[in-house]
Amino acid sequence: MMAKRIDEAQVRKVAKLSRLALTEAEVEEFTEQLSAILDYAEKMNELDTENVEPLAHCLPINNVFRDDCIKESLGTEKTLANAPQRDGEFFKVPKILDGSGG
Amino acid sequence: MAELDYKVVVGLEIHVHLCTKTKMFCGCALSFGEEANSRVCPVCLGMPGVLPVMNKQALEYAIMVAMALNCEIAEFTKWDRKSYYYPDLPKNYQISQYDLPLSANGFIEIPLEGGKTKRIGIIRAHLEEDAGKNVHSEANFSQVDLNRAGTPLLEIVTCPDMNSASEVRALAVELQRIVRYLGVSEGDMQKGHMRFEPNINLIITKNGAEYKTPIAEVKNLNSFRALERSVEYEVQRQLDEFAETGKTIETGNKTTRGWVDEREVTVLQRKKEEAPDYRYFPEPDLVPVKLTKEWLAEIRGHLCELPINKQIRYVTEYKLSDYDAGVLTAERFTAEFFEQSVAAGGEPKRVCNLLTQTGLKIAKERGCGVCDLGIKAESLSELSKIVESGTVSSSAAVSIFEAMVETGKEPDILAEELNLIQKSDAGELELIVEHVLADNAKAVKDVKIGGKKSKKAHGFLLGQVMQKTRGQANPKVVSEILDKKLG
Ligand SMILES: [Zn+2]
Repeated sequence: MMAKRIDEAQVRKVAKLSRLALTEAEVEEFTEQLSAILDYAEKMNELDTENVEPLAHCLPINNVFRDDCIKESLGTEKTLANAPQRDGEFFKVPKILDGSGG
Repeated sequence: MAELDYKVVVGLEIHVHLCTKTKMFCGCALSFGEEANSRVCPVCLGMPGVLPVMNKQALEYAIMVAMALNCEIAEFTKWDRKSYYYPDLPKNYQISQYDLPLSANGFIEIPLEGGKTKRIGIIRAHLEEDAGKNVHSEANFSQVDLNRAGTPLLEIVTCPDMNSASEVRALAVELQRIVRYLGVSEGDMQKGHMRFEPNINLIITKNGAEYKTPIAEVKNLNSFRALERSVEYEVQRQLDEFAETGKTIETGNKTTRGWVDEREVTVLQRKKEEAPDYRYFPEPDLVPVKLTKEWLAEIRGHLCELPINKQIRYVTEYKLSDYDAGVLTAERFTAEFFEQSVAAGGEPKRVCNLLTQTGLKIAKERGCGVCDLGIKAESLSELSKIVESGTVSSSAAVSIFEAMVETGKEPDILAEELNLIQKSDAGELELIVEHVLADNAKAVKDVKIGGKKSKKAHGFLLGQVMQKTRGQANPKVVSEILDKKLG
């Protein structure tokens, strides 16, 4: 078996960043799986990319724009129709305690 | 206490809303004050399967600002996802720019006291989308309004080149003036169009050794006052903390702090033990942007003379004071109105006085700009000319200005209608002067004796003549006649 490319600590960190609660068994399972995926991706490094430009996007096109023209929005009722919880015209979410946003 | 000297070091991150009609990646109209969650669509709600499409106008506005900030504009720029979890961010990532921002390496000249300027480096300016708004209610839940989600947002990061709270404020005000001149943002603080995040620390010199205090970042300031006061507060707080703990940038953590407006203090939000991990990666739903020379030239064509350059030019070319030049150039349309009046033959200083002392006052009372008062630049120029020639006094000009706004009539007509034309006819005035001299023998004697009393008596006689003519005599002409008769 190849050396693990990702260890359990990294899996736990990624899970935490993604707000996922993993069981111990899952941590082990995903460590294996993610390592295998990274091994597979590692094959790419066998290619000679010496003279290949870095690629920002897989489509060979640039500059797709739209004009600054207003389109009708959904409106409050439709917007909230599928919300798990609402409070008046707002989405209702668990209380936010700290400003950990970006 | 030991000998201690310190230098304040501040860098600023600024977010500016661009005043496009629609959001950055969807056709929803930008909003302010509408019903919550009314201006959203599947794209800005982050529904699965939707595709964002770039608003070309937003990109061009952002490039205009980058050009005004003397930045290098990228030939090739792309979008990245910045991942974090917060209820106001429906996609769980923000579309932003990471390694290939649309511009970098610029500078801004900011005005300082006494007509001086200082150059502050700009590290980068890139485009992104704003998040929605969390409303923190008293209850044990929060409310989310996504109307703002997806609003085009320009992020500007400066070098840590500012060394005082007043310099930080000057930069913020200058940036507001620039985006308004360019017409790319209303720059309205009350509406949250500009938000500031200063990074502050001190370089302390004590007994010949140099120490840097840990950097504090103050989040989300939305007024010039809060920005300036928070920097002042941090300087004192960091001095106190250093005296107490001796913590430096090497031994302490960078902290994030919030500003409490009511108490005018910053409070600790979190310690940055590890840099937040935003896991940036290229946005697969948006293709990159290539900026050709032709396109950039076209965008450059939409720029105008920058406010700071106007301000400096007004001092050198029109010989105005730096203060007056600052007042006139605070808003582009006021400045242009002034320039048109001068081009129509008005004497710059006189046009400036009429505008700053009367025009801006009337405009303020009416809650509009000077150029919205319904007065033509040519008419203002005319008014300045009849003051210049002595036809009306400068105090009469104020009444005429007000009447021009009321009636829309031309200044010369109003001067006549309102009986404000000064008597400059020497013959007529001479008779009045003779009468006054005959009636005031004591004052005449005082003038002739000379000295301190003489000046006062001369003023008294002039006043008598003005009174007799109900203020309509040209004081310059009267004074000349008095000098002739008494000399
Ligand atoms: Zn939308």
